[in-house]
Order: sequence, then C-alpha cells, then structure tokens
Amino acid sequence: MQVFMQHILPLLIAVVGAMIWLGINALLWVYCERKFAGHIQRRPGPFEVGPHGALQPLIDGLKLMGKQLVTPDNADNVLYWTAPIMTMIPVLLLYLPIPYGPVLTGMDVNLALLLILAFSSFNGLAVILAGWSSNNKWGVLGAARAVSQAVAYEIPLLLTVLAISFMTGTLSLVDITNLQAGYIHNWFIFKQPLAFIIFIVAMFGETNRAPFDLAEAESELTAGFHVEYSAMGFGCFFLAEYGYMVVMCSVCSVLFLGGYHGPIPGLDGWWWMVGKTFALMSFMLWVRWTYPRVRFDQLLNINWKWLLPLATANLLATALIMKL
Amino acid sequence: MSAYQNLEQMKGDFYTQKFAAGKQDDTLIINMGPQHPSTHGVLRIMIEVDGEYIVRAEPVLGYLHRMHEKMGETQTWGGFIPNMGRVDYGHPMAWNWAYVGAVEKLMGIEVPERAEYLRVIMTELNRLTSHLLWWGAYVLDLGAFTPILYAFDDREMLLDILQRPSASRLTYSNFRVGGLQMDMDDKCIELIKEFIPHFRKRLPMYKDLVTDNIILRRRIEGIGIIDQDMCRRYGCTGPVLRAAGVPYDIRRTEPYSVYDRFDFEIPTEDTCCSAGRYLVRLAEMEQSMRIIEQALEQLDSAEGGHIVDKAPKPSMKPPAGEAYFCVEGGRGKIGVHVVSDGSKVPYRIKLRAPGYSNLHAFVEAATGTILADAVAILGSLDLIIPEIDR
Repeated sequence: MQVFMQHILPLLIAVVGAMIWLGINALLWVYCERKFAGHIQRRPGPFEVGPHGALQPLIDGLKLMGKQLVTPDNADNVLYWTAPIMTMIPVLLLYLPIPYGPVLTGMDVNLALLLILAFSSFNGLAVILAGWSSNNKWGVLGAARAVSQAVAYEIPLLLTVLAISFMTGTLSLVDITNLQAGYIHNWFIFKQPLAFIIFIVAMFGETNRAPFDLAEAESELTAGFHVEYSAMGFGCFFLAEYGYMVVMCSVCSVLFLGGYHGPIPGLDGWWWMVGKTFALMSFMLWVRWTYPRVRFDQLLNINWKWLLPLATANLLATALIMKL
Repeated sequence: MSAYQNLEQMKGDFYTQKFAAGKQDDTLIINMGPQHPSTHGVLRIMIEVDGEYIVRAEPVLGYLHRMHEKMGETQTWGGFIPNMGRVDYGHPMAWNWAYVGAVEKLMGIEVPERAEYLRVIMTELNRLTSHLLWWGAYVLDLGAFTPILYAFDDREMLLDILQRPSASRLTYSNFRVGGLQMDMDDKCIELIKEFIPHFRKRLPMYKDLVTDNIILRRRIEGIGIIDQDMCRRYGCTGPVLRAAGVPYDIRRTEPYSVYDRFDFEIPTEDTCCSAGRYLVRLAEMEQSMRIIEQALEQLDSAEGGHIVDKAPKPSMKPPAGEAYFCVEGGRGKIGVHVVSDGSKVPYRIKLRAPGYSNLHAFVEAATGTILADAVAILGSLDLIIPEIDR
C-alpha cells in the first residue's frame, strides 16, 4: 500500500496530467497555428465555429473521428496501423520527466534527457513504418527522406545536449533547471550560445517542421509518409507532431532558458516554463509560415557540413573548459 | 501483323507501357499528376527516379483537351472570342487580342486609336495578374505558404479594375473584331492610377521578403538550365527565352498595335536557370507598369470616338484567305492562324500556345536533377495546362 501511495499513485497522476496537458496543447496549437498563419497571411483564420473560431480544432477532431479508416490495397495491415499508434504513445512518456514547476514534475529521473532523446526517436521509426507499409511510392520516398533526416539531425541534437550535461554533470532535467536558478545570466543560453542555435536548428529537423518538413513536403511528395492515411490515422500523426514540438520546445526551455526560473529570483513558477515553451512554439510557427522549404541535399549539407562540426567543436571546447 | 502490334501498344495506358519497358534495377517509376499539388491542374508527368534523382521524365498531355481549335470550325467568327478567354486563364486578354488581331488582319479592319490604347492597358494589367498568380503559386511550390496570399491581395485589386471594362474577372472575352466590347470609364482609369503607385511600393517588399531569401535563392539558382540552343530546338519563347539572354519580345521585335509608341525595356538574364526566369518575370511587372503609365498619358490625346465604331456584325464574313497574328503573352509568343473560305464560320483556326513549347524543354532540363528541383523547374516555366492541351 505504501509503495502504491509513494510511487505508483504520483506516477498515475502524472500520466493523467501529461495526457490532459497533451490534449490541451494539441487543441491549443492547432488553433494557434491556424490563427497565426491567418494573421501572417492577412486573413482572419478560422472564424465561424465558436468565438473567433475557438472551437474549430474540436470540430476538426470530431470530423476526423467520424471519417472512415481506409487501408490501401496491398498495404501491410499490421504495420500500417501500428505506425500512427507508435507515433502517439511515446509522446505521453516524453512529458513525464519535464519539470514544469518546482512540484510540477511528473517523474524526476536522473536519466531524463536520455529518456527523452530515446523515446522521441520512436517518431522516426513510426514515420518509416507509415511510409513503407502504405504501399505508395510517394510514401516510400517520404519515408526514405525521413530516415536520413532523423539520423542526421539526432546527432547534433545529442552533441549539444551532451555539452550541457558536461557542464552540469547530470542528465536530470530537474537538476539542470536548478543550476540555472538566480538571475538571468545563469541561463545556459549565455554560457552555450552556439549550442542553443544548433539545438534550435536541429529541433526543426527533428520535428519535421518547415523549412525542414521534407518527409511530408506537400508540393513535392503530395503528403509524403502519411499520404494514404485517412481519419484518425492522419489525426494521430498530426497530433503527435504538435506533441513532439511542445516536448522539444520544453526541453529547449529547460536546457537553455532556465526552465521554470524567472529572470530574477523570487518569481519562479510554472508560468515561466509555459511562457518560454509557448514563445519557442510561436517562433516555430513563425518560421514555418515565412520561409520556403530547403532541398533535400541542402538539408543534409546543413547538417553534416555545418551543424555537426560546430556541435563537435562546441562539445570539445566545453570539455576543455570544464577540465581546466 | 502491324495492326496487331499497334493494338498491343495501345493496350492499357500507352505511356505507362512505354515506361515499364526495359530493365529496371533500382529505379522507381512515379506518376506526378494528374492529381498533384504542384502540376497546377491536370498535367501528368511520368518520372523515373533513381533514389531522388530523375533518370527521365516525360509529360503526358491531353487531360484537359477541349478541342478549342475544332470548336472554332463550328462557330461564327465572333462566336469564337469567348473560347479565347478559356484557353489560358492566366493571360486571357492576350489570347483575345491574338484572335481578333488575326481576324482584323484578314478583313483589313483599322482599329480606333482609343481602342488600341485600351487594349494595351488591359492586356498589360492582365499580364500583371498573370505574373502575380505565377509568382504566388511558384513560391508556394517551393514551400513558402504565405506569399501567394500577398500576391492575391494585389491581384484582387487588379481584378476589380479589370472587371469594370470587361464584366468578368477571370475568363475575359471583351475584345471585339474592330474594337472592344465596352469603353473604359473614368472611375476605372482613376483606379489604375491609384493602383500603380501602390504596386510600386509592394514590389520592393516582395524582393526583400521573398526574392532575397537565401533558401529561395539556393532552391532556384542554377537549377533547370534552358539555354539558347535548347530554346531554339524546343521553340521556347517568353520569359524562358529571355532568361537565356535573348531579348525576344513580340512587343519589340514585331511591334503590333501601338506598342512602338512606348518606351520600355525588355528585361533579360544570362543565367538560363529558374532564378533567371523568376527575375525576368518580376522585372517585367515593372515594365508593364511603365507601359500602362505611358498609355494612360497618351490615351487623353488619342482620337476619341466610339471604340467599336467600325466593328462588323457578329455574323461577319471575312474574305477567303488566311492570316497569322502573334502577340506577346505572359508566357511567350501567342500566335493565331485563321483560314477563311469566305463563309460565316472559320475554315480552320490554329492556336500556337507558348506553354506547349516551354513544357517540352522540361524533359531535358529536369533529367539528372532531384525531385524537388523538378517542381522548381516545372513551376519556373509558368505552365497553364488548358493552354497546353487546348
């Protein structure tokens, strides 16, 4: 009973909390993205359903649920339906180790960063499965792009994260947050500016967002890996995309922007964390609705010729300074 | 035996069969279109890719074939004018002009001066809408979602202007043999005069936000080389040819109507690539505005009178003979060849669409590039599918 009260119950609460938070975020960001895009493009965006179209994502969700789930001919039925589930499930886990406040941490594990990096790689696998099993040439091309992109962009991401953990000597996000307490100059963005930039760029690559949305590349590959998915099959990929975006932005806030710590002591709280995450999210949306898409070879060149050497140099420099 | 062979060939999809022939190890044959977001309509391109690299590509035409030329043989001379607006929804005024120009040449009709100026103004305004539509859609193909809505913002104003003298917004058919359907009212001229300074302010913004963007530049520079030799072989005209460094513009080389009275430049680029074609079109917008300004100035001193003064009845009977008339459209040289046997109905009409020639340069330009480049090249040719299939 004691074990249950002490360990399992908090975890259950955390999982339920993570699910609610994921749901809120998905609805919120679907709406925000459309509104944001609308205002960037000098139109009001969704306006009809609810006040200022606020109920639009709910209605869209209902519509997606009401539609038929179609499996293409000759598609690998098991893998085809595994893919959307596989992309959704890890998202929940990813929210657990992120500290949203001094007490608002689902699970304080000392390998939090490793956990997040490991489980976010599931998305790549799901994309590959989806593209491959849907028996569509565009899907295969999208999946092939996704493989090389996932492999490429995970490495600089890992190297920048490593640089942070070299500095702090821990992989726990709670510890990393606490090391940034106090005034704003303690934030790691000022100690690792290069790592921050690399992390931001790799974040776009990792979440398949424009200008690096090559796996779905609407104007080239029609829809890439999810071209055959209908209804909630597509909906899962769609929601998971926002889920991963929020996770990556949260991790970025924790690693570089001080997590739930404010710029001056005494104002700490979850509102900082949420504010920073949402600011980063808005930045991602802004970039998406502004820039064209890069070409695939250029994408890989950016990674292998720029991000990776820079991240490695950054890591070595960090290691050297820490040693001294 | 030969009949049997033909039957074998025609079985199933002719083009697919052709593509499936031969040994394939690692290549993949994909169908780009007829339903594909960046083929702008119902163009179908068979592409054989090795990874992402294009081994060969072949356009498959005919999904929008509406027999416009045959239709011409069944309608009266005047009755064919609305068809011209439907051939090319991008720049229908130029098509109108090419057809009525050919008939006027055949009948030896002099067009009132005011009508000539109004034709110039409307065609150039329509060229702006055509280039704006292309610009927005092209940047959309490259993955930037926003610019098309800015382009449509301006295009909307232009359509509002063009709606007044033509009573339609997309498929114009307001040209008449010997003049125009309607005169342009003062309000319309006022709107044009307001629009030009507004658009002059917008063009630098487009340049800052889109043209100078490094991602866009990297996507289009040096991609899809169509040089002078290729242009000659395929018969490419318009911005495709001018991007290869040839200042060939019908408005200058074979001046029709009153184009010899205006001072404007023919923008050219020497790069032969998609970026060249892009820049040529953007520069052309500025030149079109110059022409409109000068035409508006000269319009006041032009001979007044009714602009459809000498227009013949719709049931006109041109003398037997043939005439060819070409104009510069948004995509290149538009030519119309009409043959009359002296009756109320044309004997034969042949339309020369610039897009048809430009499209076929794609095959050579795209070979060896990657799939994303194919989209960039296809878009840079500014294809309007109804014009290609006719």
